[in-house]
Amino acid sequence: MTKRTIKVDYLARVEGEGALHARIANGQVEHVELNIFEPPRYFEALLRGRDFREAPDITARICGICPVAYQMSAVHAMEAACGISLPQPLRDLRRLLYCGEWIQSHVLHVFMLHAPDFLGCDSVVEMAKTNAPLVQQALRMKKAGNAIIAAVGGREVHPINVKVGGFYRTPRRDEIAALRDEIAWSRDAAAEALQWAAGLDYPDFERDYQFVSLRAADEYPMNAGRIVSSRGLDIAGDAYEKHFAESHEPQSTALHSHLIADDSAYLVGPLARYALNFDCLPADVQAAARAAGLGPVCCNPYQSLLVRLVEVFYAFGEALRLVEAYAPPELAAIEVMPSEASGCWATEAPRGLLYHRYDIGADGLIREAKIVPPTSQNQPSIEDDLRGVIATNLALSDDALRQRCEQTIRNYDPCISCATHFLQLTLERDEKGAA
Amino acid sequence: MTPLVIGIGNPERGDDGVGPFVVACLEQEHLPGGGTLCLQGDPAELLPAWEGWQRVIVVDACASGTEPGTIHRFNAATTALPEVFGAVSTHGFGLGAAIELARAIDCLPLALTVYGVEAESFDAGAPLSHPVKAAAETLVQEIMHMIGEATCTKLG
Repeated sequence: MTKRTIKVDYLARVEGEGALHARIANGQVEHVELNIFEPPRYFEALLRGRDFREAPDITARICGICPVAYQMSAVHAMEAACGISLPQPLRDLRRLLYCGEWIQSHVLHVFMLHAPDFLGCDSVVEMAKTNAPLVQQALRMKKAGNAIIAAVGGREVHPINVKVGGFYRTPRRDEIAALRDEIAWSRDAAAEALQWAAGLDYPDFERDYQFVSLRAADEYPMNAGRIVSSRGLDIAGDAYEKHFAESHEPQSTALHSHLIADDSAYLVGPLARYALNFDCLPADVQAAARAAGLGPVCCNPYQSLLVRLVEVFYAFGEALRLVEAYAPPELAAIEVMPSEASGCWATEAPRGLLYHRYDIGADGLIREAKIVPPTSQNQPSIEDDLRGVIATNLALSDDALRQRCEQTIRNYDPCISCATHFLQLTLERDEKGAA
Repeated sequence: MTPLVIGIGNPERGDDGVGPFVVACLEQEHLPGGGTLCLQGDPAELLPAWEGWQRVIVVDACASGTEPGTIHRFNAATTALPEVFGAVSTHGFGLGAAIELARAIDCLPLALTVYGVEAESFDAGAPLSHPVKAAAETLVQEIMHMIGEATCTKLG
């Protein structure tokens, strides 16, 4: 019997601490597991007993890259529990804030973490030596995204202006207008970057994913929508837990999610959003996507890089629209009184569906919290991708196969720190399989 | 050529707050010219932060295994920082990687001095340790002296 083991002890260019262990026996992929050994973070337990108004600022600390996503899912869940919905101007401001986060998160991932894989570079520093103008352009786009977050959220990382019921303060018209020119420049830059990325060499690999994302009535989804799938699921957000469940796997401090009906894996994130909402993209964004070689559905996980750039292009356009139409809302927030209730909500974080549920008491204290981040939901899918990638690339040398596996994991922009907030005390490593 | 002084670190994590501490001390001195700012540990913010500045001083905590309170000085305009300053990264960027990225795209200031202060503890909520606080006070004097010289040169 010939055995071959592919191990990556410490994954680079992903957020958090994880490793990969794959075992191949007699030319067959025998076992693949993504080990996540980032320490658990206990956020759900930490929230118990805290005031319901604290949830957005506490959960924002789960992630320094996507704090807005945590704030958005938290405030909407609390508002759902308390039976209120916001007027359109405040909803627009939240959408603008989310655009800023999508932009800075996607640009960071595409250029600093993901693109080096396609150029044969170890890092963005090496990539920058031969692609300086591109990297400069990327940094300027990221800065424009950060500026949106700072203007609406009060600061770039872990914004402090979001509250249940709206905002602590709404920006003045001139503060928002000051963003306009950089957003307009960046939108053009994103279109150019998409054309550049279309010329990269993507591994030929596709999977029949079960896509899951929000779908809104009349817009590309960010803060609201029904949860839909490419296999016909169409449910309200508050039915999430009837259809999706999480389980412990011994190799991971992050939970694994699956559909309850058939225990199947599913995919959230840019590929899912894009496939399920292509018709909601404006005509010029659809045209740019097609010009980059994408159809309305993309099943090649490596081309998630292209889809992220389509979303960056879209988010800059959407931000431009919202900035140009901005007038300070009459009220920064509406008052929200707590009631004994349960509220849940899902929004679209840059990495995909982010679900929150809170049970609160009449005293406004949180009794129970549940948070399901996108990386937990994608973990089974990442492992399925790895099985497929290894099986179709057995002829590669160990080093090349290891590199391809790392690249495959990076397709997901996995945020391991976000995913490891649940208690899991056992860490099992399979050392016996080492050749 | 008065400098921008950047303190990197989180004041809520013990000696990680040495950079912001130095910056706060300098701000109290109301120095002529120059500028100060604090970043909370994402050195990728450095590039936009020092845009337009020709002379930059960065103060950060480090853990290289030397005696706590040791002050390491690097001329980063000419030489890459040692690995201990984070040449590789996860989602964020280590300080070393951010500087090398700036070098690769020709966005380094003309003069860039990096001070690394060897930390003793990064405990949550802890104040600066005694050796690090003493080192920070020495560093404040050194930087004030540098700024004073730069200001005199400019005036002269």
